[in-house]
Amino acid sequence: MPAVQETIDQVRLIDVDQYKYGFETDVEMEKAPKGLSEDVIRFISAKKGEPEWMLEWRLGAYKRWLTLKEPNWARVSYDKIDYNDMYYYAGPKNFPSPKSLDEVDPEILKTYEKLGIPLREQEILAGVEPKNRVAVDAVFDSVSVATTFKAELAKAGVIFMPISEAIREYPDLVRQYLGTVVPVTDNFFATLNSAVFTDGSFVYIPPGVRCPMELSTYFRINEKNTGQFERTLIIADKGSYVSYLEGCTAPMRDENQLHAAVVELIALDDAEIKYSTVQNWYPGDSEGRGGIYNFVTKRGDCRGKNSIITWTQVETGSAITWKYPSCILRGDGSRGEFYSIAVSNGMQQVDSGTKMLHLGKNTTSRIISKGIAAGRSENTYRGLVSAHRKASNARNFTNCDSLLIGNQCGAHTVPYIESKNATAVFEHEATTSKISEDQLFYCQQRGLSAEEATALIVNGFVKDVLQHLPMEFAVEAQKLISISLEGSVG
Amino acid sequence: MLQIKNLVVQIEDNRILNGLNLTVNKGEVAAIMGPNGSGKSTLSYVIAGKADYEVLDGEILLDGQNILEMGPDERAAAGLFLAFQYPLEIPGVASMTFLKAAINAQRKARGEIELTTPDFIRRVNAAATKLEVPKDMLKRGLNVGFSGGEKKRMEILQMALLEPRFCILDETDSGLDIDALRIVSEGVNALRSPDRSFLVITHYQRLLNYIVPDSVHVMSAGRIVKSGGKELALELEANGYADYREIEAA
Amino acid sequence: MAQLTLMRTPTETALVQAFDAAKATLPGDVESRAKAFEIFNRNGLPHRRVEEFKYTDLRALMREIAPFAVKPSASDAAAALAKTTAFAGTEALDVPFVNGHFVRDAVKFDALPEGVEIVPLAEALASGHEWLARLSPVAWAKDNPVYQLNSSFMADGVMLRIVGAVETPIHLRFMTGSETAVATATRILILVEDGASVTLLESHEGTNGAAHQPNDVVELIAGDRTNVHHVRLNREGDQTLALSTLALKLGGDAYFNSINVVAGSSISRHQVFAMLNGENSKAQINGVSMIKGGQHADSTLIVEHAAPHCESRELFKTVIDGEATGVFQGKIIVPHHAQKTDGRMMSAALLLSEGGTMNNKPELEIFADDVQCAHGATCGQLDDDLLFYLMARGLPRMEAERLLVQAFLGEAIEFVDNEAARDGLIAIAEDWLKARV
Repeated sequence: MPAVQETIDQVRLIDVDQYKYGFETDVEMEKAPKGLSEDVIRFISAKKGEPEWMLEWRLGAYKRWLTLKEPNWARVSYDKIDYNDMYYYAGPKNFPSPKSLDEVDPEILKTYEKLGIPLREQEILAGVEPKNRVAVDAVFDSVSVATTFKAELAKAGVIFMPISEAIREYPDLVRQYLGTVVPVTDNFFATLNSAVFTDGSFVYIPPGVRCPMELSTYFRINEKNTGQFERTLIIADKGSYVSYLEGCTAPMRDENQLHAAVVELIALDDAEIKYSTVQNWYPGDSEGRGGIYNFVTKRGDCRGKNSIITWTQVETGSAITWKYPSCILRGDGSRGEFYSIAVSNGMQQVDSGTKMLHLGKNTTSRIISKGIAAGRSENTYRGLVSAHRKASNARNFTNCDSLLIGNQCGAHTVPYIESKNATAVFEHEATTSKISEDQLFYCQQRGLSAEEATALIVNGFVKDVLQHLPMEFAVEAQKLISISLEGSVG
Repeated sequence: MLQIKNLVVQIEDNRILNGLNLTVNKGEVAAIMGPNGSGKSTLSYVIAGKADYEVLDGEILLDGQNILEMGPDERAAAGLFLAFQYPLEIPGVASMTFLKAAINAQRKARGEIELTTPDFIRRVNAAATKLEVPKDMLKRGLNVGFSGGEKKRMEILQMALLEPRFCILDETDSGLDIDALRIVSEGVNALRSPDRSFLVITHYQRLLNYIVPDSVHVMSAGRIVKSGGKELALELEANGYADYREIEAA
Repeated sequence: MAQLTLMRTPTETALVQAFDAAKATLPGDVESRAKAFEIFNRNGLPHRRVEEFKYTDLRALMREIAPFAVKPSASDAAAALAKTTAFAGTEALDVPFVNGHFVRDAVKFDALPEGVEIVPLAEALASGHEWLARLSPVAWAKDNPVYQLNSSFMADGVMLRIVGAVETPIHLRFMTGSETAVATATRILILVEDGASVTLLESHEGTNGAAHQPNDVVELIAGDRTNVHHVRLNREGDQTLALSTLALKLGGDAYFNSINVVAGSSISRHQVFAMLNGENSKAQINGVSMIKGGQHADSTLIVEHAAPHCESRELFKTVIDGEATGVFQGKIIVPHHAQKTDGRMMSAALLLSEGGTMNNKPELEIFADDVQCAHGATCGQLDDDLLFYLMARGLPRMEAERLLVQAFLGEAIEFVDNEAARDGLIAIAEDWLKARV
């Protein structure tokens, strides 16, 4: 835990509301007219220079969406969202996809610099530390502003680009897979996303290729009154491997902003996809004003035999999180994993978990979820594990632990475990507890302050999950968790 | 070095310490013996600053400074170390990590610079070798799955690394076999110095064969009822605590 | 609202008609029944989109409503009671019911054990007995549609009051003896006063081949320092759709031990709503379901730790053969003030055949920080290694399976304190297993 000390120092440096990414960037933006209509969808589609089929797809989704109701089964509550009182497209003005970083508005580059996201390849290469290189796709509101290492990745046959570009350049590939994991009709927010999604990343790893570096997308909401609707599609062809990271931040504002993303993963035979998220959207202030509504649909399809999809998430931000990264274990012998840390403080509400749908034979899944509730927050794990009739020898192990800090918060566990196959073996265990006074005292006796002791014990509590994150992310996540819990002790 | 004056302590309305007086000088090894329930462990917790205990009266002075108002971490930084009778397990936190966090927290509180990683590792390795603590134990979660003996060795290892001025050993001999007792005692003896004092709390005389005290105090019903030299321990071994229970009853 | 009413299923319409026809003839205050029915009728029969009935869709399962049973003649009652076998080997005070009606003549009111008072419910409702004020103490039950239906239609039952230590177990013996399908609604109110102790046996039996629809509610209000053992057995007929509810309100320093054993009915749903209302109490709530063929057995449980320093243990075992479906929904609720709660819930299911289904939903809902709560759920088949071990010792496969399943169920049954009742349950498990071959 070299991070403990560092964490504490960092905590001291941050502002009252403990959110250090809350600044705004001043760039000239171009927006679609406020509200949602066919015209707005046509505007977005035209902005992106999309083919006709894509527009039709969007319009179909919009028609469907008009018939849907917002889901209300999650344990979250919020004022009704007025879907006509927000912008569905906001992009930096005069932005006809820049050829090089020099064409990108320097203000935007500065933003990413401030966020610690390297966009200049040479800087990364020149870095003294032999760090793992990471290719970044930077999405600023509705537009991808830069994608790094594209050329080098292309040499390996890897396609990594904004999805808006992929729709133009690889229409057949996109069309073959888009909406096949999360159908247009899937749910209220996913359908909305299908109608209005603006940007996001597209990844294709050809057969047998091990992606030479980590891929990542960094999402930034900057503009006021704007929803963010990104769409990510990752296809790992037979025998390939990719590790993908996702990060997100937003300025501090009094209003709530909607983020309704869709992520689709497809793993063909023997392929493996690792998808890691560190979600740090603005959580709102300590009284619950402002913050992002993070209503996302993430699903992976282990379509091929022996394929593997691993979701790892560290959720510390957002006013409300509604998110269930799931795996459809269709291919025989496929494997799904879900590792999650969800920290809630202040007035945050988290309803998150996973679905593991065992369809194929000899499929296995593993769920490790660690929920930490502090302040006046609500933290719910909701999950489904199911074995269908044909899922012989399916195996699941689930472990959900919750930790409460203070007694104004709530921690809840709502697992659904459904087995229709006698040879399937499911094991589920869950505990809820608090940091024991004795543990705290023991650490304090050795010289740690109450806050340091709590950070240490919490980091121990979440260790099983942290170790599934790529190294740099793990350190970052550890700090984030400590920062999120700042002010919850004593 | 440590002075306890007229200490009165209760927990949930039960009076545990009843005007306890005790002085331990610089460099002295004092032993406290007494029957079960005489308040020995309470005394160690109160000195270390555990919550739940209500101090109704009295003072605890460390080098003349009253420590009762200080938090447990502040007392630790001031040089106080308690070797727990039942060391706590902290899952997911490797012993190495914990040690480094503790050492640097204390150094920082004292205004000293933090140890560099190589320096830290060198110190840990040296201490671990002496106490026969295997390296893999240092990588495992603190005290998680350790045997009784391993936990006690880990306590002494921490003591060696934190270099406290005043050490309390609370029933350190409980649950130790003869070999572990020897290793732990040697560890403690190696730390004896003219600048460091010890308060050794034990039920049995056995430990005092290994850690020979300068003074022995008998505790009963929350008070020190008799003080003497190391021969007092032998006397207790021979006669038991029966005499002192009568005092209690009276 | 008006539009919703238009979407009634035929069963729901039949229920409305049945209530309108019956309300004048049912004992007691019509107003309060009408109120209960109105609340029920707002949402109608619960279906799979109602979270609590996700796995037991009553709208789909109740295709029609059986006629409500009338009070049987004395000779019919005697003939029906002669056919029951449950807890036959257990010495107890017999309180029998036939077709949902209390058989008053079978109880010697002048020779009740000391500390036991019995008041027939129909009479109590008609006369407005003072104990009625203590009905419906648990909010979770009141919000439940099955309970609301019972409150609307309850025709008979008893009120029991227990004072001091009552040694003789009390056997609430239910028999649905009708050869044609009937619906029944009984309500039992049991008042266990402070410091009292009692063992309650509850058995439900019925004729095979008729689609009976019993809906039974037991409300148990146990005061401070009480000690209550409750053993419930479902051996309803093979076509029966059995709905049942146990609502418990437990005082402080008390002990409550309960088991529900399902060895009958075609479809069953047993609901337990337990409120631990006083400090330092302990509740052990167990369940055993043995189902096969197309049977469906639902165990739904809410344990609310409404007071600090309480301990609850829930252990549910389900054995599924054929195409049967088992359901376990359990929830432990710990509000802000219930510090030092210790709650542990476990549901284990064995699938013995290809076609079975088990749905587990163990929930924790925790608002207090100084608690230790856990739940576990497992689902799978018999351990191959154990089976092999037993077979290697010479046991035939079925025998080995039987032994292992018996051990599996035994873990929940062994909590039954009354030896004769426990032996009776073990014998039922053995019979069920033998019948598999």
